[in-house]
Amino acid sequence: MVIHAKSLDHRTLNNAIRSSDGECLIDGCCGQRFIAAGMSEKEITVHGIPGNALGAYLNGGTVTVMGNAQDAVGDTMNEGRIVIHGNVGDAAGYAMRGGSIFVKGNAGYRAGIHMKAYQEKIPRMVIGGRAGSFLGEYQAGGLIIVLNLFSPDDKIVGYFPCTGMHGGKMFLRSACGEIRFPEQVTARPAEKKDLAEIEDSVCEFCQLFGFDSQKILSAPFTVVTPDSKNPYRQMYVAN
Amino acid sequence: MGIDFIYPEFEVVRNENRCIACRVCERQCSNEVHSFSAERGIMMSDETKCVNCQRCVSLCPTRALKIVKSNCTLRENANWQNDTIREIYKQAQSGGVLLSSMGNPKPFPVYWDKILINASQVTNPSIDPLREPMETHVTLGKKPDRVRRDEQGNILRELPPQISLSMPVMFSAMSYGSISYNAHASLARAATELGILYNTGEGGLHEDFYKYGANTIVQVASGRFGVHEDYLEAGAAIEIKMGQGAKPGIGGHLPGAKIVGDVSKTRMIPEGSDAISPAPHHDIYSIEDLRQLVYSLKEATEYQKPVIVKVAAVHNIAAIASGIARSGADIIAIDGFRGGTGAAPTRIRDNVGIPIELALAAVDQRLRDEGIRNSVSLVAGGSIRSASDVVKAIALGADACYIATAALLALGCHLCRTCQSGKCNWGIATQQPELVRRLNPETGCERLVNLMTAWRREIMELMGGMGINSIEALRGNRMMLRGVGLNQKELDILGISHAGE
Repeated sequence: MVIHAKSLDHRTLNNAIRSSDGECLIDGCCGQRFIAAGMSEKEITVHGIPGNALGAYLNGGTVTVMGNAQDAVGDTMNEGRIVIHGNVGDAAGYAMRGGSIFVKGNAGYRAGIHMKAYQEKIPRMVIGGRAGSFLGEYQAGGLIIVLNLFSPDDKIVGYFPCTGMHGGKMFLRSACGEIRFPEQVTARPAEKKDLAEIEDSVCEFCQLFGFDSQKILSAPFTVVTPDSKNPYRQMYVAN
Repeated sequence: MGIDFIYPEFEVVRNENRCIACRVCERQCSNEVHSFSAERGIMMSDETKCVNCQRCVSLCPTRALKIVKSNCTLRENANWQNDTIREIYKQAQSGGVLLSSMGNPKPFPVYWDKILINASQVTNPSIDPLREPMETHVTLGKKPDRVRRDEQGNILRELPPQISLSMPVMFSAMSYGSISYNAHASLARAATELGILYNTGEGGLHEDFYKYGANTIVQVASGRFGVHEDYLEAGAAIEIKMGQGAKPGIGGHLPGAKIVGDVSKTRMIPEGSDAISPAPHHDIYSIEDLRQLVYSLKEATEYQKPVIVKVAAVHNIAAIASGIARSGADIIAIDGFRGGTGAAPTRIRDNVGIPIELALAAVDQRLRDEGIRNSVSLVAGGSIRSASDVVKAIALGADACYIATAALLALGCHLCRTCQSGKCNWGIATQQPELVRRLNPETGCERLVNLMTAWRREIMELMGGMGINSIEALRGNRMMLRGVGLNQKELDILGISHAGE
């Protein structure tokens, strides 16, 4: 089913998506927000630019965007897959608990903030380009992978990555010599067994966007893990 | 010990003539104050551990126990009071941020107690609620600003989503984790029986309680714990927590030690991992961003549920509320600075925020001035202690009130203010199974229903006395209030006259 989104507001557009069967192609998307919010089992392809909060509370299915996406992609997402063939704005994957987000290009500020994991749900976010400041702030679980495929001379991530991180892992395809991490995390060169953990995700990224996974994985990676899952334990005294 | 030692705050007074050494006190005290000395054949106590929760006093079969405030104190000093010095010693010893529980205990003015309610005499006769119908039902949500008709002239009856309450009181947010399963069960059942709503707080909704969904507000806070599509669908309304009266401007940390078993499952985070709710929502930096979260929740639930935005009462609350009203929220909940908490830094709890009475009056007035009062309902919380507080709040402009401390008191809380320890002897603010069992949800539910039923009767009596037979006619009716001992500025903000005027 093709939905011509050009003159639709977000509510009408979402109603059309909800009532569609099978694959759903949105044509001429022009900044409509909340596309696929809370939906599950939909296969949606977006041409044009979706607005903020694409796939918020997404509960399954796949949303593919053939260009760039704006802020808050996959906010509090629970399951499913979001594929962006371009860049994403700020706060992508905020508090996501499950599913995966693949971004071919760059991510803005605050990607993967408060990403968490629970039991079999381990969310993943793979960013092909670079990430802005505050990447993985408060990260409590899941996997954030940044590949910096397009401008290797630029910093892979902006300022203050991993502040308050207390769970999950972050992989940065860089030696990260110039990146300052906070005290409560450990950043070290990834070994072979570390890279085995992200091989599936990197392969999936390469299949989606047409890259060579062996080549990507042959570069040095830094893996960042929190030192404690209770970062504030020593901070208080009962009164 | 040594320089940090201050004689314990409370003394355990045991009447040896009455004590039969049955050891009930020992079994009941999770703080391990009481012990039995086999050698001497008597009960002993270590009052350094006593929090004055009164559990042992209440359960001692011979009334042999009492807990009294110790008179062994430092030299009296109005400036450097004992508590202040004690806090300094604690911090000098530990380097820690002071952590407290429940609402602000400091002697700030309680404006409810400086406001008096009107009653009819001679003209406009009072109404006897035992004899005549009296409406306490309220509906919360956006109300249309005008009547709309179709082409044939028929009135269009479609309204934005509303929640319906049998009386203008709801149980406010307390998360599963901060309070126990049995406490949540009591609140959920009582709300259902009463035809009102309770609130999950930010800890998710236990699978056993989905059946109470029609009487549940599900909360979405900055940590988004337990938030997923089924959860959003489960409730009658969705509340975005921007702030809390007890700790405006800061987030929450439920320590990993409390993230066990079902709490972990309900929050959907691993056992033993801290549950950190960041201070801000990191995707909200403006009213426009708030609007985005409001509408993403509306979209995800197909516009079937009203969205509440809860904020702490702080400076400029009227302008903040005006912004929220324009964000698309259906209901604004304002939480005053005396509101309770399971744990908050002492300095924040005791020094940040403003009284709900002033905040509520200012917000109601601002929304009226701007002509948008009907586009939102107002819920006031932050230490509503009685039916008369409810009546005063409604006359100041609230559509309904949130209560939490009062509800916990009904469940057996004795306000010892040590929730943060997780050792609540009354089975409320704890996750230890043997303590949780002490609170029977059936009894808890019954006591909450009793309390609310009594308040509802009192509300009707107060309304009847004013000659008002519907809560709607009381809302924002400040003519029914008078201040005593308030200065002109306070009266102006409250929008009421002084007694005698």
